[in-house]
Amino acid sequence: MEKVMRLASEKGVVIFTKSSCCLCYAVNILFQELGIRPMVHEIDQDPEGRDMEKALLRLGCTAPVPAVFIGGKLMGSTNEIMSLHLSGSLTQLLKPYQSRS
Amino acid sequence: MDIYEPLQQVSMWGDSFKVEGGLNSIASPMLLVNTTTSMENKSEYIPHEPSEPSEVNQETTNKDVSKVLRRLAQNREAARKSRLRKKAYVQQLETSRLKLMQLELEIGRARKQGMCTDNALDTTFMGSPETINPVGIVAFEIEYGNWVDENHRRNEELRNVFQANASEVQLGQVVQNVLNHYTDLFRLKAEAAKADVLYLISGVWKPSVERLFLWIGGARPSQLLNLIVPQLDPLTEQQLASIKKLHLSSQQAEDALSQGLEKLQQSLVQDMAVDPFSATNHGFQMAIAIRKFEALESFVSQADHLRRETLIYMSRILSTHQAARGLIALGEYFHRLRTLGSRWTSRPCDSVISPRITP
Repeated sequence: MEKVMRLASEKGVVIFTKSSCCLCYAVNILFQELGIRPMVHEIDQDPEGRDMEKALLRLGCTAPVPAVFIGGKLMGSTNEIMSLHLSGSLTQLLKPYQSRS
Repeated sequence: MDIYEPLQQVSMWGDSFKVEGGLNSIASPMLLVNTTTSMENKSEYIPHEPSEPSEVNQETTNKDVSKVLRRLAQNREAARKSRLRKKAYVQQLETSRLKLMQLELEIGRARKQGMCTDNALDTTFMGSPETINPVGIVAFEIEYGNWVDENHRRNEELRNVFQANASEVQLGQVVQNVLNHYTDLFRLKAEAAKADVLYLISGVWKPSVERLFLWIGGARPSQLLNLIVPQLDPLTEQQLASIKKLHLSSQQAEDALSQGLEKLQQSLVQDMAVDPFSATNHGFQMAIAIRKFEALESFVSQADHLRRETLIYMSRILSTHQAARGLIALGEYFHRLRTLGSRWTSRPCDSVISPRITP
């Protein structure tokens, strides 16, 4: 759990994924379209991956991956991110972290 | 006079063949005899007026002859029409026969898939113990048919309430009724995806014309907006801005999902494209591929989620009146697509049965 929280605060936008998960890839693509370079942690490549997965579920994430943290706070999985984006809230939340390129 | 009686039954194409045969076998030789004699009479007869009593007999014979000739021509025409009707009927039978064969094939296929796990050889390739559920699919097709009928009914109700200038509260309730019904559809689809995601994502359960616009098992959310918005003037500046943002967001979300799906497809191709000379156990690779089909379920779920959320957020941007108008337009659009599809399916098809005579 500590590892998850520590990693989640390392950067403005952090996504926990699995290397085989194409939905995680889709969420990453969405962030890039919005001008964000999220930090991606592949938990299936991490030796503590199993524990991290359990921690993410315990935090209330609907699916262990993708798990999106913005500003160190858990925003949710794909469902939540898509809803946030359609409602217009996601862009607002991402404003401080958008790259100026 | 007996030869004229069968002619009256010519309208029944079944009987006319007997009649035709009868005429051919019985009447013609007699008529031939009559015509030759009448022709001889005519050559003498025509220039003269039929006033002389000695030629009265020849006159009646000529009248009889022309009557007979006329009846013959009518009979030929009737027989020709009968032949055409018979041809059309046979073509219909042939088309139905083909359809029946196709249906039987599909049922056979669905049954075989249901029996797959009984086959010991196949279980080595299957990563998961779940089978394709033909009953689930049949249930879905029936439920989808019911959903379409109910959707039409709710849209008609909305149209009536809208045109009756009902109170905003009342209109709002009916709008919510229609929106909830779309949610029901997504629930149905989720069940079907659990039974057989490949079936669902292929859209075969949709009317043929809708399949042209298929995106991950349904319509594109941004396309739904494109259908609704033009029906809605006047819109305030704020509404226009919000709709524009919603449209952009849904397009971005669609792009992201499309790219994710493409990545899944590519990895499937890589799984299946094995070296034909390698000694690897293909069963293992197939087990991995099957897991990816299950990942498809989540993509369909996300696509339906987008559809639902787009409709809901759109209805929040609009006034009740505007939302009602938009939903009516949406329902009407899909209804027309369905009608178009039926017209296409029932168009006269002469290419399948009769051989084309190429010039």
